[in-house]
Amino acid sequence: MKLTVQGHEAYAYTGGKPFDPAKPTVVMIHGVLNDHSVWILQSRYLAHHGWNVLAVDLPGHCRSAGEAPASVEAAADFIAALLDAAGVAQAALVGHSWGSLIALETASRLKARISHLVLVGTAFPMKVTPALLEASLNAPLQAMKMINVFSRATLAAPPSALGPGTWVYGASMALNKRVLASNTKVNVFHRGFSACDQYANGLQAMAAVTCPVLFLLGAQDQMTTPKAAQSLVQQARESGKTFKVVNVPMGHHQMNESPEETLKAIQEFLQA
Amino acid sequence: MSGYSDPHFDTLALHAGATPDPSTGARAVPIHLTTSFVFESSDQAAALFNLERAGHVYSRISNPTNAVFEQRVAALEGGIGAIATASGQAALHLSVATLMGAGAHIVASTALYGGSQNLLHYTLRRFGIETTFVKPGDIDGWKAAIRPNTRLLFGETVGNPGLDVLDIPTVAQIAHEAGVPLLVDSTLTSPYLLKPLEHGADLVYHSATKFLSGHGTVIGGVVVDGGSFDWERSGKFPELTQAYDGFHNMVFSEESTVGAFLLRARREGLRDFGACMSPHTAWLILQGIETLPLRMERHMANTEKVVQFLASHPLVARVGHPLLESHPSHALANKLLRFGAKGAGSVFSFDIQGSREQGRAFIEALKIFSHLANVGDCRSLVIHPASTTHFRMTDEALAGAGIGPGTIRLSIGLEDADDLIDDLKRALKAAEKAGASKAPQGGKA
Repeated sequence: MKLTVQGHEAYAYTGGKPFDPAKPTVVMIHGVLNDHSVWILQSRYLAHHGWNVLAVDLPGHCRSAGEAPASVEAAADFIAALLDAAGVAQAALVGHSWGSLIALETASRLKARISHLVLVGTAFPMKVTPALLEASLNAPLQAMKMINVFSRATLAAPPSALGPGTWVYGASMALNKRVLASNTKVNVFHRGFSACDQYANGLQAMAAVTCPVLFLLGAQDQMTTPKAAQSLVQQARESGKTFKVVNVPMGHHQMNESPEETLKAIQEFLQA
Repeated sequence: MSGYSDPHFDTLALHAGATPDPSTGARAVPIHLTTSFVFESSDQAAALFNLERAGHVYSRISNPTNAVFEQRVAALEGGIGAIATASGQAALHLSVATLMGAGAHIVASTALYGGSQNLLHYTLRRFGIETTFVKPGDIDGWKAAIRPNTRLLFGETVGNPGLDVLDIPTVAQIAHEAGVPLLVDSTLTSPYLLKPLEHGADLVYHSATKFLSGHGTVIGGVVVDGGSFDWERSGKFPELTQAYDGFHNMVFSEESTVGAFLLRARREGLRDFGACMSPHTAWLILQGIETLPLRMERHMANTEKVVQFLASHPLVARVGHPLLESHPSHALANKLLRFGAKGAGSVFSFDIQGSREQGRAFIEALKIFSHLANVGDCRSLVIHPASTTHFRMTDEALAGAGIGPGTIRLSIGLEDADDLIDDLKRALKAAEKAGASKAPQGGKA
């Protein structure tokens, strides 16, 4: 589905079903160097089970034009504008990694307009080491290998995004390269990591969220460890949020390494 | 620290795609000899058929044992995933049939396995797909052969049987400038010696019957996608970038930014053409892959000794291995292959000075080398290509592939190299005697 958002063409995968204004909507937001396709084993199912799915390519990433967001706040502006462009009055937000911060920031601003908030592989602060930041700019292939090694929790993923026989590490590396190559003006790797690193509004944003929150964490996640999510969990607890924490038995590639557990957790949360 | 660092090739050969079986604790990969898999619910059944969830339905489409094999080969090649097929030829056909239909055109190397040459030259032509053949080293020829309807460039890593090394980076660049992918048959090198995806190829396939299996027991194939080719940017592959009404109007490139080829190949190609692999075959090939690094080391070491022996033998007119500086691919092999020219494989040809009868005497005198139509076995093998693997080719096509009437192809196995050399010595002596008995009076004895 193509929409005009902030004056530029934006793409959102709808899971093989046309957008239906009568259905509830879930917006899925990818992380750094990813696109809509990382959600394929969650998005297509939800689209065939009562939801409008808008799995976006963030601006300047793959099929979406426009300036790649330089901050979590700028990306949140885009998500809000996307909902306006699609005519969506209320939506659930699901974000992974950087996308989780974007979803959090958006939910804090749009308040009752957001029905559910799912933070997959989240952390706050989401600091990126100086070495990795530097590598993302000057040695992106080396940095991709680093993050994919950190993201991997198994050498034997169950049937995954491309079906049985998928080598998740290779598939993620290939997607990272494709996303980086999709923007010839900006290094979206470095820009995305910088946005993660600089985001400072996480605790205030969590305090301002009005909808139920699901923390969907990878028990073996080395990129955004479950421990690194505890500041947000604690804030949700202290500010009286309705929230749930689910640990899936994989790492940062949980949508592909634990597709069933990840889908089950999201679906049950959205249904509740 | 949990998780994995970055396993090396030898570790991946043993572990990629497999963990101890969660239900039984079995350490070795179980053989899932079952046609089908019970659905948890009607909803799960529908979701599996509609690709909303991933899992196994029917073993023609996927199977847990095959999936281990597929993941393992994909890991070793540096790809995004793989599809196991009934044979190497099935992998080639699946690749072609996924990418094109009638009216399309392929540019292929002349130095191909005879079965591949036959498929392209005769069989696919019957289905409206034409092929232009060019010598693998003729870079201008590759460029000149491309037409507006070209959809694929195709060659072997080291051409069968002359071991012409394909200049993968250069041919890949030509392919990409034309907006088409490069498919490489990597059977003779295996991922241990060369990873074509790292050099610019887009798709790689194997006759897994050969080095991956390594024991001459089963027929199988596998195709690996590197996930690097941008089908949408090319604009030449509506099979992957437009709605396919044969599968829920799915746009494969939209479903997966990098995996459209594998999605369609499995969902259409395996489903409709049905050239799938038996789980028992997958299991046997996995046993082979577990020792692939060890076997390839021995293949290389033995080959080096045999090549040196043959090159110095007076009855041998030519040895076609890039180890020798005289071989046209010597420099390219040193540049591309992991271990240089030493790693240009253990399947090579040589020419005996003398008649066709002397060639026959040579083969019949061998005791350790087995005369049969296979390569990449742990046992050493021998064959006469002109009368067997390449017999359908015309003399002109044979010459184009670097094969003469007296060419002998060897596949060096894992026996003691001294025993192999003794066997060859004895057979060459028999060939010499055969020549002497036919020689006119007063001729060379």
